[in-house]
Amino acid sequence: MLGIIGKKVGMTSVFSEEGKSIPCTLIQAEPNVVTQLRTMDTDGYRAVQLAAGERKEKNTSAALKGHFAKAKTTPKAYVAEFKNFRADTGEELNLGDEVNVEIFEEGQFVDVIATSKGKGFQGVVKRHGFAGVGGATHGQHNRLRAPGSIGAASYPARVFKGMRMAGRMGGNRTKITNLQIVKVMPEDNVLVVKGAVPGHKGCFVIVER
Amino acid sequence: MQPNSEKMDLVKKLESTIINAELPEFAAGDNVTVHYKIKEGNKQRIQPFQGTVLQRRGSGAIETFTVRKMSSGVGVERIFPVNSPNIDKIVVNRRGKVRRARIFYLRDRTGKKARIKEKRV
Repeated sequence: MLGIIGKKVGMTSVFSEEGKSIPCTLIQAEPNVVTQLRTMDTDGYRAVQLAAGERKEKNTSAALKGHFAKAKTTPKAYVAEFKNFRADTGEELNLGDEVNVEIFEEGQFVDVIATSKGKGFQGVVKRHGFAGVGGATHGQHNRLRAPGSIGAASYPARVFKGMRMAGRMGGNRTKITNLQIVKVMPEDNVLVVKGAVPGHKGCFVIVER
Repeated sequence: MQPNSEKMDLVKKLESTIINAELPEFAAGDNVTVHYKIKEGNKQRIQPFQGTVLQRRGSGAIETFTVRKMSSGVGVERIFPVNSPNIDKIVVNRRGKVRRARIFYLRDRTGKKARIKEKRV
């Protein structure tokens, strides 16, 4: 699996050759550094650990300082592991190597992972897509966005676990699959992907293929 | 983390490659002819659409404008992306003097009331 850590920059749109407007998101990958190599011998699987974003020296624990010092790099803010990195070409990476957006090409389909925007305490209509109890007649009132029945009565005499109800929404790790890469801008280390990406502007995102 | 100015500039940088700087200035109330490229199979022809600009909406690469014309007594409105590569050219026929940026009131008017005064420069 090929991947990179980036930051969401914002959205705009570009035009395709036929003149269609394509909504797209810009993802900037600050230089990604290889901070650890997982091998069959020591870990039982093959993976590459990448790190990106700056973390202040004073906010870094001694353990992490040592970890980043091994790769001869400054403390990083975000770390992610990618299994079987570059398994297709068999290219070997070393500690401290930099990875940039040129590992991707235009037209490829990628998955983007990020923490979605927190929505706070939301009702069932927004959170689970319920239709509400609708209907304006037959004496119905104040039930427009209500959940309706949550189960039977004396048997089972309880509400089943996992019943979809109102509650905290958003702020979850979310993966959006099959986003096409519209453009690669290596001079700024920017990827332009078609469609929306979870998270707020400036949040860390993982792009993988 | 808030997006800093450099980050937003990346969006502007991409948009600067899309924005068509050769278009003339026009605003709501102007009478324009939009020469729009239409593909039919592998043939391409240019279709003019003449009417009054009702509004310009959005900014940057995603800006659009609405043109309204009366076609055999029926109002027809088309929305074009300002920077669409399918727009061959835009000709401003007449500059209109209007007091607002969005002149939707024109939709409710016909005949003499739907006239717009010309702007003298």
